[in-house]
Amino acid sequence: MSDFLRSYLTVAIFGAFAATLVGGMLALGSLVRPSNSTAQKLLTYESGVDPTGDMWTQSNVRYYVFALLFVMFDVEAVFIFPWATRLEAYGTFGLIEMGIFIAILALGLVYAWRKGMLRWV
Amino acid sequence: MILGVELAYWQVTILKIVLGMTAVLLPAGTLVYAYLFKAVSFMQSRLGPMEAGPYGSMQLLAEVGKFLQKEDIVPTKADRLLFKLAPYVVLVSTFLLVLVVPFSVDDTFLNLDTGIYFAMAVSSVSVIGILMAGWASANKYSLMGGIRAAGQLIAYELPMILAIVGVVIQAGTLNMNGIVSAQWHGEIFGWGGIGNPYILTQFVGFFIFLIAVQAELTQTPFDMPIAESELVAGYLTEYSGLRFLLFFIGEFATMGIFSLIASVLFLGGWTIPWFFDFDSNAYNVIGPLVMMGKMMIVAFLVVWARFSFPRFREDQLQRLAWKFLIPISLINIAATAVLKVVF
Repeated sequence: MSDFLRSYLTVAIFGAFAATLVGGMLALGSLVRPSNSTAQKLLTYESGVDPTGDMWTQSNVRYYVFALLFVMFDVEAVFIFPWATRLEAYGTFGLIEMGIFIAILALGLVYAWRKGMLRWV
Repeated sequence: MILGVELAYWQVTILKIVLGMTAVLLPAGTLVYAYLFKAVSFMQSRLGPMEAGPYGSMQLLAEVGKFLQKEDIVPTKADRLLFKLAPYVVLVSTFLLVLVVPFSVDDTFLNLDTGIYFAMAVSSVSVIGILMAGWASANKYSLMGGIRAAGQLIAYELPMILAIVGVVIQAGTLNMNGIVSAQWHGEIFGWGGIGNPYILTQFVGFFIFLIAVQAELTQTPFDMPIAESELVAGYLTEYSGLRFLLFFIGEFATMGIFSLIASVLFLGGWTIPWFFDFDSNAYNVIGPLVMMGKMMIVAFLVVWARFSFPRFREDQLQRLAWKFLIPISLINIAATAVLKVVF
């Protein structure tokens, strides 16, 4: 197996180990902890009164637009990292190219800002 | 190759797992005892835990023992599978995050060429775990807390990434050891007396990075997802006993690892100027200790801020990220890039 694939095997092993550790702790806990649950105990907590209505209620997600903006900037990050590592080689050409790219992105942010998207409604 | 002994892949991996567990749990335990129990108590003019062990040093073990014995409660209305899966996702994310942190040239778990990029990728997995916890609890407080956490974590991931880009531009590499090396060999406008720890030339980036870390860890000025006066305990409301403890361990282990990453990116990593050469073998031993020391310094800043500032409002939080931190970090990137090309 190549070193490249092997380093990702290490990642997988670490992930599996973390999951095993969590499972092991929970299993250890199940040996020592009591288990006498009642219907009242398993009720959803709602400040001490009986919970009302459906638990997955509708709520106004005010930062839905932020999530869209996040996608925009996160994709930018994908492009900007390779550029950042090779800036020395690209020189002025790379600087101007990325300047245009970031300017367009910043324009998007400014547009959202001007449209009042970043204001709390 | 470890200490001149050739080891097979599986032997190295077992060693790495043991050391990796240490690198996750030791900082977490140290931070909780030294800062959350003790330093904070002194800030608030009280002694903190004193009973368990000398100066309460065994308090952590007592706490773990307490949590082990607590009853495991899964509400009847909850989505059982997701409810139980959420702590796994958070902890796996934490364990993968520690993989990229270098403790010396040879003391690395994983010397990825895309080091810091990998770290950003796996650190954002914990958002999924938190969202899962909030959704699966089937509790109105939890749902609100989970959504708030998701909104906050994505908003502050951008300033963090953009602050890192500044460092990457200066170092010219994504590899964590490469960044350390670039800081050691770097010069500040021709003066190389202490190398170039990027806190000196990227202080704006360091400041933004610290704020973003504070928000990613949902520490107090940014703890709306678990705001006790509004949402009881946010996405943790329905979690009790051991499962709650797992989230807690995840939070403080991540604080330790982010502090380690901050010291690699901005404080020169495992090097200390003047005393040893960069290639000195001594770093294989003292490198981890230096990293621990720097981690304690950065983590103290986080805890200090946590217990000094009142909580933001939700809209103030989003405004700070989008209208202040992101534009500033974009300007920081542009300035760094221009200076890098010009000089």
